Amino acid sequence: MLDIKNLHVEVEGKKILRGLNLTVNAGEVHAIMGPNGAGKSTLAYAICGKEGYEITEGSVTFKGKDFLELEANERAGEGAFLGFQYPVEIPGVTNMNFLKTAINSIRKYRGEDEMAAVDFLKLIRAKAAELDMDPEMLKRAVNVGFSGGEKKRNEMVQMAMIDPIFSVLDETDSGLDIDALRIVADGINRMRGDDKAILVITHYQRLLDYVVPDYVHVLSDGKIVKSGDKELAQRLEKEGYAGLGIDENAA
Amino acid sequence: MMVSTLETRQTVEEVGSDYKYGFVTDIDMVKAPKGLNEDIIRFISAKKEEPEWLLDWRLKAYRKWLTMEEPEWALLDYEKPDFQDIYYYAAPKSADDRPKSLDEVDPELLRTYEKLGISLQEQEVLAGVAVDVVFDSVSVATTFRETLKEKGVIFCSISEAARDYPELMRKYLGSVVPAADNFYAALNSAVFTDGTFVYIPKGVRCPMELSTYFRINEANTGQFERTLIIADDESYVSYLEGCTAPMRDENQLHAAVVEIVVLEEAEVKYSTVQNWYPGDKDGNGGIYNFVTKRAACRGTNSKVSWTQVETGSAVTWKYPSCILQGDGSVGEFYSVAITNNYQQADTGTKMIHIGKNTSSTIISKGISAGKAQNVYRGLVRVLPNAENTRNFTQCDSLLIGDECGAHTVPYIETKNPTAQVEHEATTSKISEEQLFYCLQRGLDVEESVSLIVNGFCKEVMQQLPMEFAVEAQKLLGISLEGSVG
Repeated sequence: MLDIKNLHVEVEGKKILRGLNLTVNAGEVHAIMGPNGAGKSTLAYAICGKEGYEITEGSVTFKGKDFLELEANERAGEGAFLGFQYPVEIPGVTNMNFLKTAINSIRKYRGEDEMAAVDFLKLIRAKAAELDMDPEMLKRAVNVGFSGGEKKRNEMVQMAMIDPIFSVLDETDSGLDIDALRIVADGINRMRGDDKAILVITHYQRLLDYVVPDYVHVLSDGKIVKSGDKELAQRLEKEGYAGLGIDENAA
Repeated sequence: MMVSTLETRQTVEEVGSDYKYGFVTDIDMVKAPKGLNEDIIRFISAKKEEPEWLLDWRLKAYRKWLTMEEPEWALLDYEKPDFQDIYYYAAPKSADDRPKSLDEVDPELLRTYEKLGISLQEQEVLAGVAVDVVFDSVSVATTFRETLKEKGVIFCSISEAARDYPELMRKYLGSVVPAADNFYAALNSAVFTDGTFVYIPKGVRCPMELSTYFRINEANTGQFERTLIIADDESYVSYLEGCTAPMRDENQLHAAVVEIVVLEEAEVKYSTVQNWYPGDKDGNGGIYNFVTKRAACRGTNSKVSWTQVETGSAVTWKYPSCILQGDGSVGEFYSVAITNNYQQADTGTKMIHIGKNTSSTIISKGISAGKAQNVYRGLVRVLPNAENTRNFTQCDSLLIGDECGAHTVPYIETKNPTAQVEHEATTSKISEEQLFYCLQRGLDVEESVSLIVNGFCKEVMQQLPMEFAVEAQKLLGISLEGSVG
């Protein structure tokens, strides 16, 4: 589904990713771990096409399409979703309106008709209930005045509504208490499927107790330096990056 | 340079050459020659079949105007108009001069109409296409008039009012904005050629929103428009001015005056969407809009509410104000001003608290993009006898890009210690993060900017009547096209 080859990314002239290779197939859940500054968020942004993340070398192919040729919104239209580490506030725009606009933009990109208002309402109520979100939150402005946990839950509701093919979750677990972590993990697990794939970026192993990955990769200094299964994450937790011979301050 | 068409200029030159030995008032002429003098004013007055008192009023204004200086305190940079290089009277274009069909209309304009979702029939009217029978709108307008007549509401052109309702006109014209109030108001008083008159009788709640749109086929929107609205005791009216569709005009200078008189327990809601031609991307052309708008709340508990969405014009100079004279009267000002490319806006309000227990609210949202400059300029004045007055002011500025400017100039003068005056101001930018968040959810750049800007303006946009709101929302996005990415 997603094929990244020899990816080099610079931000403001600084080399962050230096030859990253990663293949994610349909049905798989991959976890990317690594010390601060290793380039984890940069990978997420580069896949999703954020401005300022300059690809100097390499390729990103999604379902056979050259992803790097597409604008960020077109990549979303193709089915890529990014769960943000720090979800952004949009004052004056209700969650409801934001999601309706998003869903219809994606549908337009795919040449589909807009979702009927009634269907949209039904769907959003159902998804909010599944993820234990107070329906009143849907009427509030996007992330404005939300607690850290509420913002992450809101990301999960957006993901559930948009129903992406490929989800990248950038440290979605950071700063969550155990209850919020369970809800987020539950949200991610709902996105699993034979024709879907998930890339979980995390600093800690604890999320992976709830979202069990098929593969774990360690990112350090802009490259994947080690890959394995969930055992690797547990080893990291016990021995730390130094135990794997990775300098935590490499970057 | 004035943006009059070559055609008009030639016509006028032809007419003018016939009168090269001196211009005399001949009311069969369709156009007056360029320039301004007392004879031109007499000509306009004669054309409009005005009573003597109104001609005198105009001449007095003109004589006063001659002694006045064009104001320079606004943060605006423009070439001052040459007032002798302007046509002050031209009859509406005849059908022969107008486009025969939409095929003859600027495709850029049509593209915008389409984005706003305006029907083809409406597009024809807006673009000034010569159509024999103006479809539904004639019958709509007729039904509309009959309903108003039943309620005793007067809704007509200001020239008709001068002829048919001389008492109301004499009593109220210039009573809120005196003829010599300021440079542009004086000019308008001398030469106004079109405008609207509204009178709502005692105790009547006007059964529909009054819109100048219904009068669009009657006349070209003049460059010196004059509007007078009188809401008698315990009456209510909601008035819509302008149009979300882009308006092109041959005249570069627009100097309108709007006066509103609100009597005991009456309420007037005045909503404007201003979308005059803003000039091209390099700042060439575009309308100068110098407007004086003022409402006087003369009775106990009278209320006036201004809502404006300003997206057009190259230069905007406009401060819709409220004189809160009656005890307990209420003034509101809700404003969105968008400037893009080289547009400049210096706009705001004045709240003059005279009566006891008066209150005012000011919510101003300024958005700047490109190389534009946007100024909020406001005055809250509390006079010594105005016990227990309140004002709340909130001015928010949103910047798009880093070559534009936003400025807030609030003046507060309180001469009564019981007054409570609050002022809040913020300046923010559309951040890369906000934009990427929207893009990642599938919105394209234009949809994203439109969504973020509409969110920013929400408190003002929700004040707009339904008729305006949906189109105005789209308009915000269209006005900012190309400002990002």
